[in-house]
Amino acid sequence: MTFELAERVQTVPPSGIRRFFEIAEERDDVISLGVGEPDFSTPWTARDAAIASLEQGKTSYTANRGKRELREAIADYAADRFALGYGPAEEIIVTAGASEAVDLAFRAFVDPGDTVAIAQPSYISYEPGVIFAGGEPLAVPTREEDEFRLTVDALETAGAADAEMLVLCYPNNPTGAIMREEDLEPIAEFAREHDLIVLSDEIYAELTYEGEHTSIATLPGMRERTIVFNGFSKAHAMTGLRLGYALGPADAIGAMNKIHQYTMLSAPTTAQYAALEALDSCDDEVREMIDQYDRRRRFVLSRFREIGMNVFEAKGAFYCFPEVPEGFTAEEFAEDVLREQGVAVVPGDVFGAGGDGHLRVSYATGLPELREAMNRIEAFVDEHA
Amino acid sequence: MSEREVLELLRENARYSTADIARMTDLEETEVEAVIEELESAGVVRGYKAVVDWDKLEDETVRAEVELNVELDRETGYGDIAERLARFPQVKALRLVSGDYDFDMEVEGDSIREVSMFVSEKVAPVPEITQTVTHYVMTSYKEQGIELGDGDEDDRLSFSP
Ligand SMILES: Cc1ncc(COP(=O)(O)O)c(C=O)c1O
Repeated sequence: MTFELAERVQTVPPSGIRRFFEIAEERDDVISLGVGEPDFSTPWTARDAAIASLEQGKTSYTANRGKRELREAIADYAADRFALGYGPAEEIIVTAGASEAVDLAFRAFVDPGDTVAIAQPSYISYEPGVIFAGGEPLAVPTREEDEFRLTVDALETAGAADAEMLVLCYPNNPTGAIMREEDLEPIAEFAREHDLIVLSDEIYAELTYEGEHTSIATLPGMRERTIVFNGFSKAHAMTGLRLGYALGPADAIGAMNKIHQYTMLSAPTTAQYAALEALDSCDDEVREMIDQYDRRRRFVLSRFREIGMNVFEAKGAFYCFPEVPEGFTAEEFAEDVLREQGVAVVPGDVFGAGGDGHLRVSYATGLPELREAMNRIEAFVDEHA
Repeated sequence: MSEREVLELLRENARYSTADIARMTDLEETEVEAVIEELESAGVVRGYKAVVDWDKLEDETVRAEVELNVELDRETGYGDIAERLARFPQVKALRLVSGDYDFDMEVEGDSIREVSMFVSEKVAPVPEITQTVTHYVMTSYKEQGIELGDGDEDDRLSFSP
């Protein structure tokens, strides 16, 4: 027999990254700037805490919402670092990665036919997540002229006023754009005026290289309509441990927990011990990783300028977003530079509206490799552009 | 501030070009050159050397950590003894330390015999030295902040979201 896929599942096309993955497999000298995860390992003390918890046989489920101690630590961290005040008992849920939290939010708040506006280019899972929940994604393109910040103009043009929900991702994957408080204010006003729920994916918040990250949930009237997502994958280099969380009003987090308790039961227990330690004692390691990313960021931006490729001044996350030279589409450039020079980058189209003509270049890779990769890109551009 | 940053980068890899350091710090290349020159002439940066994993080389180099105890008299200070020992080319590092012994000395030679002879014939006879304890290095796992061995392959996928 064949499985007849549900229409929701059929609608979602296969990931745009997959084809490139197959090409990369053919060569053994590929330098990958195509990754969305840190090249650092989880800080040792966090790993030790995970190991110790295993040695002590702490391998049962935890409370559905996550270990109370961890929720308390998250509450303190969010308050100290980002002025986000949420109570550990009812306003925080610990999930298997921020990914799960985002999915829970779609499933908890999207009814069939509901429109979800997504500021793009952005992380590739939002659109499929909306569709799996039965909703309809609405692309709101951001533009390089606006430094890839979301504007009210873009929201209005896209028709987001009629949407139920708005998804934001700042610092942004893939552009590296950030939104400062003054950029968020008009967006908040728009959300209040049109009664939008805001999902704010702030998983790269720590990786803000100029100034401090501001969460839209801290703006007046926004706390009650916003869910904030964060996690340990990026700043704490814990992608494989799968731990994230959401912060929001008690009712909303309660609704997400209702789904979570029947599907995931609770986030991985070992990872919760690692996360607790990460918040408790790994500030220095996090600081050091951020410093390294910042150096690499400057290096890569400067090299793109030398090569003569137009590059947006990324200020967050660990990506930069250069424009491909004239005569290429992003797809062509990414494919050719991979085949000819063995450098893996992701074409911007993959990330939705506004991403075409650009490449996502991750600098979550050591400097020697980055240097070699940039030399190869230079050779490629010299030859073809 | 920029001095500190440049110094940190040089310590990470002394072979970073001034152009690379400029790219990483947002300084002009000429500024980076000036900072390095200043660090060198002020004696902050004393030299540049390779960090070697001797286990990877065919020819044997023997290294030892030697603990030294000394007894000072009225005329002789730690500095005098140090000066005398530091002159030997076999001595690669020499530090005055707190604790059970006084000096911590790194010695290098072509064979165990050579290192032993050096310690017994050149170091032990120094009148103020009362005791030497030699520890031969068997395996080195980390040198000057750099982990040796092949522990850090990158097994991430070449693409991830
Ligand atoms: C914006 C964004 N959100 C969420 C995730 C996934 O995070 P997690 O590992 O916590 O599920 C990623 C990973 O690339 C991301 O870029």
